[in-house]
Amino acid sequence: MSNVEDLLEQHGKAIKEVYLDWENGTRIEEEVLETMKPFYLEKQFGNPAITHRVGWETYDFYVKAKSAIAKPLNADPQSIALTHSFTESNNLAIKGLAKMNKKRKKIIVSEVEHLSVIHTAKSMFKEDYKVKILPVSNDGTVNVDILQEELDDETLLVSIQSINHEIGTVQPVKEALEIVKDFDEKIFFHTDATSAFGRIPLDLSKLEVDLASFSSNRILGPKGIAGLYIKDGIKLKSIYEGQLSVEILSPDVENPALLAGFAKAVELQFSQFDEIKAHTTKLRDKLMYGLHTSIERTDVNGPAGKRRAPDNINVSFLGCEGEALTVESSMNGIYASSGSACTSRVLMPSHILTAIGRKPEEAHGSLLMKVNRLNTEEEINYVLETMPKVVDRIRSITGGIQI
Amino acid sequence: MSSRIPLPYAPRVLELFQNPQNLGRMEDATIVSSAGSPACGDMIAFYLLIDEKSEVITKSSFESYGCASNIAAASQLTIMIENKSLKEAWDFTWADVSEALGGLPSVKTHCGSLAVGALRRAIRAYYKEIKNSKPEWLPSDLSKDEKHALEEEALADKLKKKYKL
Repeated sequence: MSNVEDLLEQHGKAIKEVYLDWENGTRIEEEVLETMKPFYLEKQFGNPAITHRVGWETYDFYVKAKSAIAKPLNADPQSIALTHSFTESNNLAIKGLAKMNKKRKKIIVSEVEHLSVIHTAKSMFKEDYKVKILPVSNDGTVNVDILQEELDDETLLVSIQSINHEIGTVQPVKEALEIVKDFDEKIFFHTDATSAFGRIPLDLSKLEVDLASFSSNRILGPKGIAGLYIKDGIKLKSIYEGQLSVEILSPDVENPALLAGFAKAVELQFSQFDEIKAHTTKLRDKLMYGLHTSIERTDVNGPAGKRRAPDNINVSFLGCEGEALTVESSMNGIYASSGSACTSRVLMPSHILTAIGRKPEEAHGSLLMKVNRLNTEEEINYVLETMPKVVDRIRSITGGIQI
Repeated sequence: MSSRIPLPYAPRVLELFQNPQNLGRMEDATIVSSAGSPACGDMIAFYLLIDEKSEVITKSSFESYGCASNIAAASQLTIMIENKSLKEAWDFTWADVSEALGGLPSVKTHCGSLAVGALRRAIRAYYKEIKNSKPEWLPSDLSKDEKHALEEEALADKLKKKYKL
């Protein structure tokens, strides 16, 4: 196998670059990095669980930073468990709850959850759990009527995301929660709020879910830190073993620098919440409908308007294979991802696009792009100018093959 | 066992993706074949122009609905078989294609395999439909790469049933 440097040289660099693959990888802002630096170099780098001055100073910072993170959720800081990723948060929510509540053995999740929810739920099969997968409509909305039918006295947990990460569907979480709690208050309700955190208001004092996952990197905070909201009175068991630490459910050495970055990212995202929402919504609509009108045989995946996340663009270009599309886009400086089979290691199209009834060949031609506060209108103009050429070239390779 | 996912491409894959050789439909092709299916996200059409007297491939071309590896594999194969006899062309395996591309990682080996499958189908079809005879060197049983193409097409049928298309 050749050297990666040779590959990059062959690829070359486009005159302009627009990064829209925020779903798969994020960066932080200078301001966030500056906030983090002293915690690596100078201060409050200790272990908050240890009894000496540096430990106490770190503990003091720890408590304050957690309050800052809990604030936009309108939650008690004590109810936030810090984890290393939303994947860990979702694992902890499901497995940690099951470990403490062994009498009920049925878990209900939607068909369009992130794989860290679906795979975790399915991993419980081997412990004799029943897992029910709820279907969705053709815009990705979870069918709450079927949820109602599936509830029984065996049900331990219902897990429904707040916003779909791939097609941007805002899910009827409030309605689903009411259905579940009206049926039986003892059934737990988890929402994976990773793609909703910082996009739509999430007031957990009003939306009384039991568990909610969210993450730092999705609001341009550092990677490697995330949270799980756990409603007062609910007990979880840690899913791995380690030393006693301040974070009981994530036994490890706490990382104050990541926490500082997370808290700063929360401040930046939520202090301009309305402005960011308006900005991204504008860019989203310009890009999504621009592509839809300027490129023939293009479909929008997911809902429109308020029922769609303000940052999500997902379109299918028929007659294009998505992996080739991402490579050609890359050569033109546009970075995005696809739900095509060839971009995944399992060679199956996106489970979300097939769940909403897209034919495999429509899923293969999909392109997922996200916008955030760092993207500009000028960048979107460049993408709109460039993508017709990108799609044309890939379609020219497909040639006469009938799709 | 390494924990690292292998790099998807060697530079040659990207080179052929950027500038595919022998791309496009051939109007005067002696024989045309295809392998794979749009449902699987991988389909190749193969065109051969054959000098019937010498049984030499004078020109070949392809169209691809597939990933960059798929496009590069098909293009690479058209380069390799130019001016080769049908027997010589038949003997190229996916491993030869993969090697010429600088090595395809395991998850992409089927791309190389599909291109070889399409070519072998074309050769088989040439003898069956045009020559009405089978040379001795041509095996009666399907080769591994032809079977791979069939498997991929069967998978497409399965997908279609699963999603009730």
